[in-house]
Amino acid sequence: MSGSRRAVAEGMIVERADGPWLIGARSKTDGAIRFPFPSGPQESEYEEILLPRQGSLWTYTVQRFRPKSPYAGGDDEGSYKPFALGYVELPGGIIVETRLLVKDFVDLRIGMPMKLALEIFRTEADGTQIFTYAFEPLL
Amino acid sequence: MDVHIVGVGIHAFGRHPGKTGIELGVHAAREALTDAGLEWSDIQFAFGGSEDAGDVDAISTSLGLTGIPVINVANGCATGGSSLLSACWAIRSGEFDLGMAVGFDSHARGAFNFDPARFGLPAWYGETGLMVTAQFMGMKIQRYMSRFGITQATLGMVAEKAFENGARAPHAWRRQPVALDTILESQLIVDPLTKYMFCSPSEGGAALVLASGKKMRELGLSGPRIRGASLQSRADLSFEVFAPFAMTDVGPTHTERVAKKVFEMASVGPEDVHVAQLQDTESGAEIMNMAENGFCRDGEQEALVRSGATRLGGKLPINTDGGCIACGEPIGASGLRQIYENVQQLRRRAEGRQVENCRFAYSQVTGMPGVSAAVLLESA
Repeated sequence: MSGSRRAVAEGMIVERADGPWLIGARSKTDGAIRFPFPSGPQESEYEEILLPRQGSLWTYTVQRFRPKSPYAGGDDEGSYKPFALGYVELPGGIIVETRLLVKDFVDLRIGMPMKLALEIFRTEADGTQIFTYAFEPLL
Repeated sequence: MDVHIVGVGIHAFGRHPGKTGIELGVHAAREALTDAGLEWSDIQFAFGGSEDAGDVDAISTSLGLTGIPVINVANGCATGGSSLLSACWAIRSGEFDLGMAVGFDSHARGAFNFDPARFGLPAWYGETGLMVTAQFMGMKIQRYMSRFGITQATLGMVAEKAFENGARAPHAWRRQPVALDTILESQLIVDPLTKYMFCSPSEGGAALVLASGKKMRELGLSGPRIRGASLQSRADLSFEVFAPFAMTDVGPTHTERVAKKVFEMASVGPEDVHVAQLQDTESGAEIMNMAENGFCRDGEQEALVRSGATRLGGKLPINTDGGCIACGEPIGASGLRQIYENVQQLRRRAEGRQVENCRFAYSQVTGMPGVSAAVLLESA
């Protein structure tokens, strides 16, 4: 239905009044943090936590060519636009892989402060927008 | 107990339409046997692997059904090194004294497409475009360059060296030198890596015949001695391929640890090595592996590469047959190709690219999700 949107996967992002948060996992035995929340038999060993939403850019690159399957970006070879991706270091010593939203790739700098955002990843035939998480420069 | 490599064989790497991967493996195996002056019936066991071209024991159909134990090895790009290591352990155990390590592969153009489920990853990871091995390579070298002052021009020089060396190696795929400008100006794949800085999937086969020192002398054969060989996997959640998250506070990498182990086993140091074949899936990997294997400190690669130290004729020639960049990457065979090249160097058969006064030769190969195999050879 036009105007509706959903996350590319369940259990990854939660939207609260104060904005979106990434759902991570904390081990019940040793407190170790991981992302995303594991599925399968390991599930019971972890509790859900909200990951910090700000961090610094640990590294990055630009995906210049269109990834092959299972990439499902809703574009084709002709309409594909390169996107930036990288890892953001969050408080606690964890780095999380993420797409990056930036106006110009040349602005990317290791160490720059970043914050969590949502990115419309593709639009379905019925107008539903599929979104995923990304990080963008904290200005 | 000492283990020696008494015969080596290779099928040229590249594109061989009309030939199966198994045929390439059989070719390499036959050449290794001829090199050693042996028959397949002399071989007591074989270890080997192929990611895409079938089961290694299929070579028995062509070589002879002798009923010997043949075990398939699968360790990603470290399959070749893992096959050598398995053969080495088998002989060291005393159970066998003569066997083979063989690897071959045949990948379609643009191969290395992965399904998240195979790695225990959620579907969205692939759907949102994060499941591309090249991305890890771009990101790892990007951070390394930023921390240690490596320039993109140096990445280009590593590739330039690869094509120059490949032109001198009959088994290489890319046999034409490529100018530095061409490399740097070619299209970006994943920043900062350009097209010419990457290896491509290819086809090829390599085989080694190994013997205990005692058996070797009994048969009147000779060959380089394996002074050290090891395989290490991850000891913590370090930044590796296909990792939605990782930790920053981690210890030495599997590559750093495998190098230390091998040098310890041999009572030899990196400074004693005369030639090295280091994983070069792309230029950045060769640069970082120079430090991870202990051949220099982080950041020294910039001056070393620019001064020509890693070229033929330099203080430590690296990837003397052009490495993965010039030979391409048939996953099951590459680790064994490195050892083939080192044996050729130690036996003074590396015509056109011979490293002088070669006594110690080192090789290291890494596979997903985090295994590293290294081998140190000493001339006979």
